[in-house]
Amino acid sequence: MHPEMTQAQTPWRFDHFFVPLIIFLGLAISMMEAAWSPDPRMDAQAWIFGACMAVMGVWYMWMYVGRAPLDDSRPYVDGVVKAGVVASMFWGIVGMLVGVIIALQLSFPHIFYLPDDAWTNFGRLRPLHTSAVIFAFGGNVLIASSFYVVQRTSHAKLWGGSLPWFVFWGYNAFIVLAGTGYLLGVTESREYAEPEWYADLWLTLVWVCYLLTFLGTLWKRKEPHIYVANWFYLAFIITIAILHIVNNLSLPVSLLETKSFSLFSGVQDALVQWWYGHNAVAFYLTVPFLAIMYYFIPKRAERPVYSYRLSILHFWSLIFIYIWAGPHHLLYTALPEWTQTLGMTFSIVLWMPSWGGMINGLMTLSGAWDKLRTDPVLRMLVVSVAFYGMATFEGPAMSIKTVNALSHYTYWTIGHVHSGALGWVAYISFGALYCLVPWLWKKKLYSNALVEWHFWISTLGIVLYITSMWVAGIMQGLMWRAYNQFGFLEYAFSEVVQAMHPYLIIRAVGGILFLLGTLIMAFNLWKTVRSGESVAASAPAAPLAAEAV
Amino acid sequence: MNHGWLERNSIFLLIGIIIVVAIGGAVEIAPLFWVNGTVEKVSGMRPYTPLELEGRNIYVREGCYVCHSQQIRTLRDEVERYGHYSLAAESMYDHPFQWGSERTGPDLARVGGKYSDQWHRFHLEDPRAVVPESIMPPYRFLFEKALDYRDIKKMLAANRKVGVPYTDDQIAHAQEDLEAQADPNSDGLDAMQKRYPKARARDFDGDPQHITEGDALIAYLQMLGTLVDFKAYRADAPENRR
Repeated sequence: MHPEMTQAQTPWRFDHFFVPLIIFLGLAISMMEAAWSPDPRMDAQAWIFGACMAVMGVWYMWMYVGRAPLDDSRPYVDGVVKAGVVASMFWGIVGMLVGVIIALQLSFPHIFYLPDDAWTNFGRLRPLHTSAVIFAFGGNVLIASSFYVVQRTSHAKLWGGSLPWFVFWGYNAFIVLAGTGYLLGVTESREYAEPEWYADLWLTLVWVCYLLTFLGTLWKRKEPHIYVANWFYLAFIITIAILHIVNNLSLPVSLLETKSFSLFSGVQDALVQWWYGHNAVAFYLTVPFLAIMYYFIPKRAERPVYSYRLSILHFWSLIFIYIWAGPHHLLYTALPEWTQTLGMTFSIVLWMPSWGGMINGLMTLSGAWDKLRTDPVLRMLVVSVAFYGMATFEGPAMSIKTVNALSHYTYWTIGHVHSGALGWVAYISFGALYCLVPWLWKKKLYSNALVEWHFWISTLGIVLYITSMWVAGIMQGLMWRAYNQFGFLEYAFSEVVQAMHPYLIIRAVGGILFLLGTLIMAFNLWKTVRSGESVAASAPAAPLAAEAV
Repeated sequence: MNHGWLERNSIFLLIGIIIVVAIGGAVEIAPLFWVNGTVEKVSGMRPYTPLELEGRNIYVREGCYVCHSQQIRTLRDEVERYGHYSLAAESMYDHPFQWGSERTGPDLARVGGKYSDQWHRFHLEDPRAVVPESIMPPYRFLFEKALDYRDIKKMLAANRKVGVPYTDDQIAHAQEDLEAQADPNSDGLDAMQKRYPKARARDFDGDPQHITEGDALIAYLQMLGTLVDFKAYRADAPENRR
């Protein structure tokens, strides 16, 4: 395609050796597993992973053998960002669809369970839903947006040649391996860390490459200062690596079996898992999405970040305090009292740095509030920050022991998670995708009216979701602890299940509306790419004001 | 300190982040491995029998932990509904723990012995046949599939490596013990019960011809919360104060 480019390669080409080697080893190991493993689940997983490696091999040959890739001739590497945007959209729809299915299963168990198909049961689909929305949708948004942002704020091209592409493909191969594993019944049963040992090892390798790509780009930067969004991305990448490795320490039954046993047991295992679990919320669903906030809101509003000092203060206090919050998942359990108290205390303190971030995001709109009326994309970004503020107020409240005594184990927790996941994480992701697609493809957004439709339909969905779960959760907690006049428990467990029925239906409707909004978005973005009006220079022009401070 | 210095040095920024995030975990988690009394001293706890362990693996595989907790909190209504609050000692051989986070269904920490084997079979096959309000998925396939226990010795050995005190004897006889527990008329019954005190041997799924996944799961459910001798447990003993 570009014959003259083939000779003009950059001198650093470690990746031309490393990436094909990894793909080859991945293929070889999966073929050996497929050939020798006596475990039918490992056999299936090996074929799936082998197929992923084959796809990666074909991609690599197509991109790099005999010609220089397109990205080499451009100031920024954007192909991989585009791929990440497409993958985000795909996994977002898959993950939300599975969410709707399992919500319907709990609402109408007579209809939506298939007694002979083990893989369709709630217990296997639920981790598929959580992983698909958090790690597949959220993860691809984060990888794509971080690759975009780090290049622009560093004025440097992405480091590593084909390495960022390997990160993209490798990460999505992990998603496929993990997701199909859940359906097969392969799980470590650690919430939000269910994939088994071999998938964990693969993710570790991919993640180290991600860290290297990100750091390498920072090292090449032409700006003296590292922009605030990149502090958050960096904290996300390195802390997730630590959390992932420690929480997944386990011993496989054998190298040919899927099953492994955690290195820790009982109470220690519980705290390690919730140290991980809560910090998946912190360092996967908060910190890097704050990075998105710090880049996309100032760009879109064309205003500088409100306060540089506040960003320093809330960055360090947020990452320091969040780590301690895990024990609030284990209040009144067999976890020692001192650990519970410590966890609760830090969870309450956490309210402050969380709102520091929210204030910094919202106040960036100073002098540009009128744009909320005319720019639905900016509105989505700003509303996400408002939801962030709400969820990070509700969280500390729920971690107070007396509140938690009522809320724990109930649907209130589910509602709380979704006000953060739908209102904050998904909305800020949608906002970023609505920005990225026109910028990357140099097109005008196909329809602002459809963004309005998306915004209002999904907002209605969120409201139905979280209010129904509040009512259900509080009711559930109160019914469990209700006593009758004779001093006996008033309700049997099954009566409480029955009382939840209408709220579960409302929740499912909320989820359907949210999914509908996402489908509208996918259509809008697809039309933007396919038939949108071309724009010569649509990429944001001026560097961020705060960058220069 | 001038923050600009960190903003100009990615490696120092990276190291700073690692130090700041390491503190909380180190202070909170590490002591649980050496502070006395984190796990109470109790009598009656033993490692899972091979059949129970296989049942536990199925419990994990099917994602039961997603809807069922195994952790009774120290609250009056929970103790009255489910039984004595859970002790850390009761999950000390659990790799991984199964405390759960949701009660879409009831807590199972002490479900052992509360229902008959037959009730469990009916309930697992078609939950709404016995509990009309239930929203639990049906698990009919568990009773149609033979239990795959070819690697039971390796399972026990791997558990021993991560700290469960299985003896050489228990590992060597893992397969016989598994088969003996699923067949109340087997010759190996006495030896199995000597190796695993209080282990109950029954034909759990009511199908004497096959050892199914249902056998294993019901064996596991029926032992949950039954091991610790609470008559001998003293919550206010100094070694159990936490």
